[in-house]
Amino acid sequence: MTDADTILHVDGLARHFGGVKAVDGATFSVKRGSITSLIGPNGAGKTTAFNLVTGFESADAGRVHFAGDDVSRLRADHRARKGMVRTFQLTRVLGKMTVLENAMLAAPDQPGERMWNVLTPRRWRSREAEVKAQALEVLDEIGLSEKAGDYAATLSGGQRKLLELGRALMARPDLMMLDEPMAGVNPTLGRQLLEYLDRLRTERGLTVLFIEHDMDVVMGVSDEVVVMTQGRVLMQDRPDVVRKDARVIDAYLGGADE
Amino acid sequence: MAPRAVRVGSARFRMDDLLQTTINGIASGSIYALGAIGLSLVYAILKLVNFAHGDFMTLGGYVAFAVNVSLGMPLVVAIAAAVVAVAVLGLVTEELIWRPMRKRGAGLMQMLLLSIGLAFVLRNLILLTWTGESRKLNVDDTASYGIGIGRVSLLQILVIGIAAAALVGVGLLLTRTYVGKSMRALSDSFDLAEVSGIDTKRVVTYTWILGGGLAGLAGVLAAVFTTLTPNMGWTLLLGIFAAIILGGIGNPFGALVGGLALGLVQEWSTNFVEPTYKEAIGFAVLILALLFRPNGLLGHATRTG
Repeated sequence: MTDADTILHVDGLARHFGGVKAVDGATFSVKRGSITSLIGPNGAGKTTAFNLVTGFESADAGRVHFAGDDVSRLRADHRARKGMVRTFQLTRVLGKMTVLENAMLAAPDQPGERMWNVLTPRRWRSREAEVKAQALEVLDEIGLSEKAGDYAATLSGGQRKLLELGRALMARPDLMMLDEPMAGVNPTLGRQLLEYLDRLRTERGLTVLFIEHDMDVVMGVSDEVVVMTQGRVLMQDRPDVVRKDARVIDAYLGGADE
Repeated sequence: MAPRAVRVGSARFRMDDLLQTTINGIASGSIYALGAIGLSLVYAILKLVNFAHGDFMTLGGYVAFAVNVSLGMPLVVAIAAAVVAVAVLGLVTEELIWRPMRKRGAGLMQMLLLSIGLAFVLRNLILLTWTGESRKLNVDDTASYGIGIGRVSLLQILVIGIAAAALVGVGLLLTRTYVGKSMRALSDSFDLAEVSGIDTKRVVTYTWILGGGLAGLAGVLAAVFTTLTPNMGWTLLLGIFAAIILGGIGNPFGALVGGLALGLVQEWSTNFVEPTYKEAIGFAVLILALLFRPNGLLGHATRTG
């Protein structure tokens, strides 16, 4: 089930809210180094599935395997440090901190996170400088370098979206999970971001799993598409297969759409 | 006491009284600020309004009394003991009360009532151990120095000096170090910080060490300044809350500014009205300040779109 090619395997994941089954036994997997998209009608359970996979919410049932390990019982910060990072549909930033601080905090392996190192700056200064250089590079890549010193609360909706992406990148993830990354971002920048992600995939072997409603984007960049409806996974396959599948057209794409 | 009106006529009064009340105000403001920063950190990060914070301070005072008077050790040792003892108390309450309650999904109100309950338990334990008799630390409260036209007591120098060092230290921690920045990240958004990979459990532990330690320190300094009774912290707590609100809720730097402002306003008011009224004046100014700056002195509006 989990071989070397699979970075994420989700098995029978479920989460109920009262009587509503938001995610109802979802099973899918993501191949290492792929760009996989998660699509489905509103209320299909895509975001909840993200929440359960990242540990943001706890699952009622099911298992999550990441990079060969069962992470089902791990806290969200431990999953993140294992290399699984996400962004949010309703963008979230640390508003009372600067854009640069937002990016820097997400970087792993910072000796300064331990209290007894606080008084000995030489133990963390060099790593901090390294992280800062990386952060400035990432901010440049996402077009936010001019905002580095501003509080994140002063950013516009689109800029916050970019900062989220920057924060996720700073964590040096193996798997990047993006919840509607294109919503609210202007199309040109959106394309640039996709190209950037694609480059990271080639250079660093980054895997991307993203939720998206724009079918042009989904069909254009995805290696695989996972289709969810009513809390379950309807099918998982290559984009050209998915777009022709009668069940998918019926449930989501609609007859007139394609 | 000579009637105030007579002295108001003299130009000399204005200067020396102003200077004197400023010194007094900074000293009492430092204690408010120290108490407020600890309380504010815990609130900012855990969204816990800890009504037991005043009694944490009282305990710090009594631990210092036990070390300084009962054991006859120097004041420095007593201060260190108080800081450590209350930091440990903070950690123990986190382990035994707050974390288990958070895990069970307790809301703001349950936590608030719990903290009030904890406040009473602590106060009565203090009463049981040290009785209600008022105590004094073994400090020289007569030494003072003339500076220009005012006088500053040795104790005021001590209190202001220690408080200033602690406050600068906390300020540096919050702005310059990863530990401090993660604390601010948690206060901004706990779950976002967690999915970003920040070890929230560790940061919470540090928060209690810091918040408790600061409460212990504030308690000793308050005890150095006045007399120690089991109600000392509880009485100070209202002013501390006022300082936090005045400065901007959840902003530790606001707590510092609010604490100093409250101390200064209260002491300055004694130039014009009887000292008995200084607390009422302090709160009147708080209400006025909030009418003009509803988010507090250092609070600011946030962009939403």
